[in-house]
Amino acid sequence: MFKAKVLVKRRPSILDPQGMAVEKGAKHLGFNNIRETRIGKYVEFTLDLADRKTAEVELNEYCNKLLINPNLEDFEYTLEEI
Amino acid sequence: MKPKFGVVVFPGSNCDHDAYYALKNYTGSEVTFLWHKERDLQNAQIIILPGGFSYGDYLRTGAIARFSPIMNSIIDFSKKGGRIIGICNGFQILLEAKLLPGVLLKNKSLQFVCKDVYLSIENNRTFFTEGLSKNIALKIPIAHGEGNYFADKETLDSILENDQIVFKYSTSEGIINEESNPNGSLLNIAGIVNKEGNILGLMPHPERASNPLLGKKDGGLILNAIVNNFAN
Repeated sequence: MFKAKVLVKRRPSILDPQGMAVEKGAKHLGFNNIRETRIGKYVEFTLDLADRKTAEVELNEYCNKLLINPNLEDFEYTLEEI
Repeated sequence: MKPKFGVVVFPGSNCDHDAYYALKNYTGSEVTFLWHKERDLQNAQIIILPGGFSYGDYLRTGAIARFSPIMNSIIDFSKKGGRIIGICNGFQILLEAKLLPGVLLKNKSLQFVCKDVYLSIENNRTFFTEGLSKNIALKIPIAHGEGNYFADKETLDSILENDQIVFKYSTSEGIINEESNPNGSLLNIAGIVNKEGNILGLMPHPERASNPLLGKKDGGLILNAIVNNFAN
């Protein structure tokens, strides 16, 4: 069994209006050193598999087919045996 | 002969009845609902993916609806040249299914925008727009939070090369400028077709502007053009 932790990030070339709006809020609060705020997603799940390689294949497939839109997002992950 | 329309119902669709009503009563066509868990398109000749919030917009708009069983039949139908129209959330689903190029981002203002806009017809040689005059801007409502069309340079170049932009947000005089862009869409894009021209995706809601009693009729012009072009 593995625990997967996936970070979904908007690709650098894609505008992030949400991040920009949040950064505006930061400025209103007096955080003047905050730059390049980008908002992503965090997804965690377990994989009921014994073999790490198989788990990685399934994780990558799950991310590419459903969790991310490759036009828009990239992902990175950690996979920990539990 | 008038086409038979199939309006897909996903959990969270909320413009399915509007589309059904407009197509049946305004264009006089036969219409049937298609439940998303079915695979049978019931011999529908034009498929409508209606607006709404399929699956609560969870993960990304349209991301989960794209895997509903009916979508496999719709993808097969599209490969055989079947005509499909995605309105608002339906457009988002078509993009997630990669039946149309590009993505829809959150509106630039971050606000949900619900208002009448004007659309300039950029291409009236498609199945969906043939017969519509390029000289008149159509007044049709939008209602969305994620309608900010974006495509990378390579995709956009290909869209332009193949004349795939069908509708752009404009002023009432048909002038395309930043003031008339309600959501930050690239080049004011409001609707596109695929390269083959059998799939249309658009953010505005023609079905909400097709009842003269309610004071809006320009959406009906699009629906009628589709019905007429099918007959010809």
